Amino acid sequence: MIPASFDYVRPQSLEDALAQLREHGEDARVLAGGHSLLPVMKARLADPGVLIDVAGLEDLSGISESEGSEGGVRIGAMTTHAEIEASSLVRGKCYSLVEAAGAIGDVQVRNRGTLGGSLAHADPAADYPAVVLAAGAEITVVGADGERVIGADDFFTGAYETALRAGEIITSVRIRASAVRGSSAYLKAAQQASGFAVCGVAARLALDGNGVVASIRVGVTGVAATAYRATSVENALMGSAPSAESIRKAAAGAGEGVDALDDFYAGADFRRHLAGVYTARAIGKAWIRATGK
Amino acid sequence: MEINISINGESRTFDVEPRTLLVHLLRDDAGLTGTHIACETSICGACTVLMDGKAVKSCTVLAAQADGCAVTTIEGLANGDQLHPLQEQFWEKHGLQCGFCTPGMILTANQLIASNSNPTDEEIRHGIEGNICRCTGYQNIVDAISAAAAQMRE
Repeated sequence: MIPASFDYVRPQSLEDALAQLREHGEDARVLAGGHSLLPVMKARLADPGVLIDVAGLEDLSGISESEGSEGGVRIGAMTTHAEIEASSLVRGKCYSLVEAAGAIGDVQVRNRGTLGGSLAHADPAADYPAVVLAAGAEITVVGADGERVIGADDFFTGAYETALRAGEIITSVRIRASAVRGSSAYLKAAQQASGFAVCGVAARLALDGNGVVASIRVGVTGVAATAYRATSVENALMGSAPSAESIRKAAAGAGEGVDALDDFYAGADFRRHLAGVYTARAIGKAWIRATGK
Repeated sequence: MEINISINGESRTFDVEPRTLLVHLLRDDAGLTGTHIACETSICGACTVLMDGKAVKSCTVLAAQADGCAVTTIEGLANGDQLHPLQEQFWEKHGLQCGFCTPGMILTANQLIASNSNPTDEEIRHGIEGNICRCTGYQNIVDAISAAAAQMRE
């Protein structure tokens, strides 16, 4: 399987890349690690006329402590899943992102696939969307009109659709550090053959000094065409001191009323059921981590 | 377009179409047919090679993306007649039957051992999850990788 013919350009700077995107318009695609785009091109589901390879652009690389008092982490868009999986800095700030990165594909895929590429592709069964929703991540993009920041809640707009405008490139993702009495977790039921999420849930919570939930966000991927936040679950647990029983009870609502995906591997009812089960497990794991700190 | 890749230590220049996949460059242009093509969908791992020391599925990498990189294929592992420990142990432990998955399996294992010189069986199984074997049932492959790691620690 070989992609249709295209022109390949390798810009030397982010400005150059943006100029190339402007010049070629709809006919161009940004090539990150290529592990979402190339398979789609090989299957001839996409045939862009120009690929703009942004590998090696410094503005898009690196993991660092983000500026500001909140002590978060900034992850360059071209950071690979393997680099995130191995990062102790990311692990300390957002455990669930490390878990999600390590759950993607296999070693070879994780060596090439990137955070920014995966987010821009917005596969409904990708792992990261659940985590960035639960973490309230901020996605920085740059285009002809300069830089803007898109909140995770506004980023995913449909299956393979995002709030990215034509001509924009994701540069980095910023995630606030977990609270002192807080943590997160990501768990998924993987499709046996592909490894993609049939249901993936990320939960992130913080407790106050009395063990009461001071903040909680739950992101669900793989279940619906677009990753979503399980707000009814969040509301049910907010302000309470959780127990295994109350978590299980609240989590049951994670799939309720969701227009779930439905295929021969997993029907809609099954996916809604999994959403409840995995939400309970993810919250429970995050809760145990938070109390164990 | 013109690209330069160091293949098994030898710097080589190729004139390729941008859409040329690394696996096709290795097999058709470089003549190194030890890298196999099977699923062509980045699932099976038969096309695995090392790119700057990291295992990649060469059916999902453009040759253009490997420009300036060092690529190691199965042909680059042995030192003359001296087999690499992984090759030797796949032989010793019967880690292959038809042999189709073997080059990819060995190169993935190579990265695994490079980052973890004493992997447990569970770590080996996790490490080769991107390489599919339809003959062996994996047990002898795990044994071979474990034995190779031990040999390389000596």
